[in-house]
Amino acid sequence: MPLLEVRNLHVCVEGREILHGLDLTVNAGEAHAIMGPNGSGKSTLGHVITGKPGYQVTAGQILFKGEDLLALAPDQRAAKGIFLAFQYPVEIPGVTTMNFLRTALNAQRKARGQSGYSTPHFLKKARTVAKQLNIPQSMLKRGVNVGFSGGEKKRNEILQMALFEPSMCILDEIDSGLDIDALRIVAEGINAMRSQDRSMIMITHYQRLLNYVVPDVVNVMSKGRVVKSGDKQLALELEASGYAQFENAA
Amino acid sequence: MVAAQETAERVARIGVDQYRYGFETLIESDKAPKGLSEDTVRFISAKKNEPAWMLEWRLQAYRYWLTMTEPTWARVHYPQIDYQDIYYYAAPKPKKQLASIDEIDPEILKTYEKLGIPLREVAILEDVEPPPGGEQTANRKIAVDAVFDSVSVATTFKAELKKAGVIFMPISEAIREHPELVQKYLGTVVPISDNFFARLNSAVFSDGSFVYVPPGVRCPMELSTYFRINERNTGQFERTLIIADRGSHVSYLEGCTAPQRDENQLHAAVVELVALDDAEIKYSTVQNWYPGNSEGKGGIYNFVTKRGDCRGRNSKISWTQVETGSAITWKYPSCILRGDYSRGEFYSIAISNGFQQVDSGTKMFHLGKNTSSWVISKGIAAGKSRNTYRGLVSANRNAAGARNHTTCDSLLIGDKCGAHTVPYVEAKNSSATFEHEATTSKISEDVLFYCIQRGMSQEEAVSLVVNGFIKEVLQKLPMEFAAEAQKLISISLEGSVG
Ligand SMILES: Nc1ncnc2c1ncn2[C@@H]1O[C@H](COP(=O)(O)OP(=O)(O)OP(=O)(O)O)[C@@H](O)[C@H]1O
Ligand SMILES: [Mg+2]
Repeated sequence: MPLLEVRNLHVCVEGREILHGLDLTVNAGEAHAIMGPNGSGKSTLGHVITGKPGYQVTAGQILFKGEDLLALAPDQRAAKGIFLAFQYPVEIPGVTTMNFLRTALNAQRKARGQSGYSTPHFLKKARTVAKQLNIPQSMLKRGVNVGFSGGEKKRNEILQMALFEPSMCILDEIDSGLDIDALRIVAEGINAMRSQDRSMIMITHYQRLLNYVVPDVVNVMSKGRVVKSGDKQLALELEASGYAQFENAA
Repeated sequence: MVAAQETAERVARIGVDQYRYGFETLIESDKAPKGLSEDTVRFISAKKNEPAWMLEWRLQAYRYWLTMTEPTWARVHYPQIDYQDIYYYAAPKPKKQLASIDEIDPEILKTYEKLGIPLREVAILEDVEPPPGGEQTANRKIAVDAVFDSVSVATTFKAELKKAGVIFMPISEAIREHPELVQKYLGTVVPISDNFFARLNSAVFSDGSFVYVPPGVRCPMELSTYFRINERNTGQFERTLIIADRGSHVSYLEGCTAPQRDENQLHAAVVELVALDDAEIKYSTVQNWYPGNSEGKGGIYNFVTKRGDCRGRNSKISWTQVETGSAITWKYPSCILRGDYSRGEFYSIAISNGFQQVDSGTKMFHLGKNTSSWVISKGIAAGKSRNTYRGLVSANRNAAGARNHTTCDSLLIGDKCGAHTVPYVEAKNSSATFEHEATTSKISEDVLFYCIQRGMSQEEAVSLVVNGFIKEVLQKLPMEFAAEAQKLISISLEGSVG
């Protein structure tokens, strides 16, 4: 059984259809790339999988481990192990990153019927993960993403992924705004998370991330559909020839 | 927007019906006849065995009250109050004269236990998180004065305070035991000719707390009063007087609850603070009166006059309040900055949900030279509530070098509520510097979804964001109250008792 299966997904925003029958199958352990022009619906897909309000699914289904994902509330989906690293992480003034991480992690654990982590246990875990990602302790004491640089915000997303250990990770342009060193650190963080029962969907515009995190499958999206899937070679072809051929095909 | 609409609906479901403190205690009470007249005033004074000067003072206030009508300038609306349809005095009937806490009606003790208020003299070992940034101090003591309806039922740690020279007792006792202090200070900050509700209070107040801290003494523990209205149709009019003598320091906490009732109940308290040279008073309130149900029925009318007089040079008074309850709040804790170099502070969190109406703020009167005041107000409006910040800052002609800084932030949850800011500024001295900043924001969809995607429920997400918004003020509360306030805030916004 695939870990995630999207079948014939149609999605409207404010009466306008944005996804027009999208199909995508992600097996456990696979790393997928999704590439496609601006506005083709990549972020929308991530939002619909995670249950962001404001989108109407008019047809199709999304199955996670065979279960109907659309029937679950967004926080339940998170507790089941679906994680989205946002293209534009928000700022939450007055809430320290540490406090945020702990509240979130314990909420997920509670939903799964697990006991919450004690403060010392949690702190130790968070500090260890932060260190691996080269995130200074001082950042954890600041308001969530408040005053963080673009690159710091992205690293903070990876920190959360590493801490929550989700089984389906959707990374929406995790490579944008990263300098060369930060890109390497983030990529290493992603690679360290890859395992047989965890899958990745990396939404990206650039080959450079895929040089570090080599995908099993590359999907091309255009106008609200996956129009072509292939292996890592497909990304290199795109880099050379652009999206024009798919725009016409779609 | 679709998404905004959904949030509005979700917030609409966040009710105010599950008021956690809405139980009622069945005890016999000793009531004055309904209504207000000179006889009512005499009845109360006699009940309290008051000296003649006290009765005269009350009667004078009553006569002042008769000459006045209710104020209407606040942005609150309520039906006409029938002042003849209220009981002005209700005391739980003591079986006999009380000699110690053990003799208090067990029903009352149980009530306070339910409220989580320790009336027995036990040191409190709180297993709470320190407020963000705050110090963790284990094993702290809090002296409690508990006021049930109109009467103070217990004051703990009296002996230990006495050793330090601190007087902390019901004001009714202080009138008898320390008449010289009471007479010297009572009504000197809020005179009997003050506003409508203050006049009413002066005529009929039945109890409250009295604190005197002698020169140079740092009060060894937090002092605390809990007010609870239990009787039906009863007004609660407590009177608090706190005097910090030269170079002394005291921190005082006040908490309030009331049972759930269909009818509205009136609460018109007066608090007077006097800080002499180099003295400091920190006054904190966590107000959780019953706010009324989700249709706007019932709830407390909270019409309170709180005023501090920085009478001495270099004195300081600081008000911190967390207002979550009451159907209507009409409250402006103020500072009269009379002494040169004196300082007034006001830190406020006012939360309104359902049909609650809050009109609150502060007044800073700069009279002395180089006086300063600092104001941070955080208003949160949800449901169909109205939340108004009303602030006055004035500088007298002699108040050279007066400084004020005001920050006033409002947060809206949903789109059926409203927040308003009404600042008044009067500078009669050209060397005064007054600064005012105000912001209004909404909890954004994107922020909520970010939290929910990380596994938090809607309620947890709202509570987290709100706590971030008010953190600056929450940090000003003593540790024990910060934890309690945090819980209260989540409850008043969720409506779901956990
Ligand atoms: N909430 C919304 N309201 C209106 N239009 C929306 C909304 N969300 C997405 N859209 C529209 O849907 C289309 C797809 O947007 P989406 O953000 O999914 O694109 P994307 O593929 O992620 O683009 P990019 O590469 O620029 O990030 C765009 O035309 C966008 O304007
Ligand atoms: Mg996008």
